[in-house]
Amino acid sequence: MANVALRNVRKTYAGGFEAIKGIEFDVGDGQFCVLVGPSGCGKSTLLRMVAGLESITGGEIDIGGRIVNAIEPADRDIAMVFQNYALYPHMSVYNNMAYGLRNRRMPEPEIDTRVQEAARILELGAMLERKPRQLSGGQRQRVAMGRAIVRQPKVFLFDEPLSNLDAKLRIAMRVEIRKLQRRLKTTSIYVTHDQLEAMTLADILVVMNGGRVEQIGNPLEIYQKPATTFVASFIGAPPMNLMALREAGDFHAPARDGILGIRPEDLVISSDTPAGGLALNLTVEAIERVGAETYVYGIRSRQGEAPTVSARPGELPPGEVIVRVPGAIGPAIGERIRASAPRDKLHLFSADGRQRIDI
Amino acid sequence: MVEHRPLNDVIAYAILTLGVFIVAFPVYLALIASSHDAGTVIGGHMPLSPGNHTLENYYRAVFVGGSRTSREPVGHMLTNSFISAAGIAVGKIFISILSAYAVVYFRFPFRKTAFWIIFVTLMLPVEVRIYPTYKVVSDLHMLDTYAGLILPLIASATGTLLFRQFFMTIPDELLEASRIDGAGPFRFFWDTLLPLSVTTIAALFVIQFIYGWNQYLWPLLITTQDSMQTIVIGIKKMLTTTDELAEWQLAMATAVLAMLPPVAVVVFMQRLFVRGLVETEK
Repeated sequence: MANVALRNVRKTYAGGFEAIKGIEFDVGDGQFCVLVGPSGCGKSTLLRMVAGLESITGGEIDIGGRIVNAIEPADRDIAMVFQNYALYPHMSVYNNMAYGLRNRRMPEPEIDTRVQEAARILELGAMLERKPRQLSGGQRQRVAMGRAIVRQPKVFLFDEPLSNLDAKLRIAMRVEIRKLQRRLKTTSIYVTHDQLEAMTLADILVVMNGGRVEQIGNPLEIYQKPATTFVASFIGAPPMNLMALREAGDFHAPARDGILGIRPEDLVISSDTPAGGLALNLTVEAIERVGAETYVYGIRSRQGEAPTVSARPGELPPGEVIVRVPGAIGPAIGERIRASAPRDKLHLFSADGRQRIDI
Repeated sequence: MVEHRPLNDVIAYAILTLGVFIVAFPVYLALIASSHDAGTVIGGHMPLSPGNHTLENYYRAVFVGGSRTSREPVGHMLTNSFISAAGIAVGKIFISILSAYAVVYFRFPFRKTAFWIIFVTLMLPVEVRIYPTYKVVSDLHMLDTYAGLILPLIASATGTLLFRQFFMTIPDELLEASRIDGAGPFRFFWDTLLPLSVTTIAALFVIQFIYGWNQYLWPLLITTQDSMQTIVIGIKKMLTTTDELAEWQLAMATAVLAMLPPVAVVVFMQRLFVRGLVETEK
């Protein structure tokens, strides 16, 4: 049981590349913290710094009231689950879990109790004598979890533990990890690039980009009030529609320059414009039907209309607006539609996208 | 896509059969020669069917030695060969697995340099550096000793390279998991790296055992006493007689015996050996 605190943590590689540019956040005792961001944003590096597998070139990391900067991974009282599981291929499931305890010279009966208990929780009882290569992906994943559990560490660290599993299993394991964490009440830090995983698992969500923190907070809060355009387009699928303010039609904003954002599910196809809200004329370009809902991809058709603001991955191509329509019925391709949103569903950001402006 | 045409099969089998014949015939001839008496072998017309002096020839080769040359019996030479071949194989594995471990897993000054120096020795086989090596061994008073037979042949890059390539295929996460599990460098080596290397070790053992067994020039140079002779040298000496007829039937029996240990090593370790060379799954 412990909280984890990061104080202005930095990582600069020998070549001068700054991977982590001063990060601060706290994870309270028993909380589940998720680091999310695109590839290369430094989230895995940060996790490995907490684990002690990467050196810390600036700032402090505090685990349970102890600065761990100079402490070996084995002595930080953490356990880590790796993306490729990193099970010892030549050891049985039992020995994989027991190995770390044996290295700590724990008495054999105590080891046995802990391993059996972990095997019971993870339903691995029948597989204790098998080798990792005889297990399926999901089972290996559970052994990796078991190896972390038996240690009874202060902190669990997860490095994209589900990304090697197929979609169905991933969802099942996601739920399992959450249940397990609630039950053990162990402070956890979890790295993922999957925003859905991040939303569903996190008590605290840390959105990272380019070695910095973009926003920290409760996942729903972040979804409802993204602090920057990066967060707005990264969290939520399909991503938020973003457009330069001067092109936003009839909308009257408190600022003259800026970026206007609207989530696809907040746009409604209707002919009238809500007071103070936004209305867009679109020509339907593509339609995706996923069953419960339909995504309509429209190009704004007004003459001389400039494209939407977009450049980074996860964002829309220029000029395109996505509208989410419930059910399987939607407009046809080529049809002209009018989509509108009320004023309270709009998000406004400064022109550089770095700041949220309240409407 | 492999094509299947009967004619291709016939040609392929014909070529393979020819290959087997070319390799096997001299061995067969050696077997035949070792079963006849001296007169028949020297007579000029080598029979192609076995004679009836097999037991006598092998008994003499192993326990008595050539009658007129007063050389060591084969049994002793086999032991010498075995000790040096096994010593070379084990020593080489020991040295190369440790040096590969250092080169792959430790960051120390001049690591790259160390690796390249090891690599360069590939271009300097025993034959090339034979004079300095002889001088060193002789100065260390290791002529006519097992140490002298074994040590100079242990140092070489092949094993280090093989282990280095293997270690580089082991995912880094395994090392990191070990570190988190509280295993230091020695524990990681002993508990994880070594068990994973078993097949590679077996492959290297087979290759190096045969390499050591077949050594000719080096043992010839540094052994002068008959008691330190290896079997390969022994066969050679059986055939160089000054005023006597060479006892070909004994030489052939010895050659056949000399073949057995390497064959046994290959046969017993074949499964591991092949896995060690082709295995990719970790």
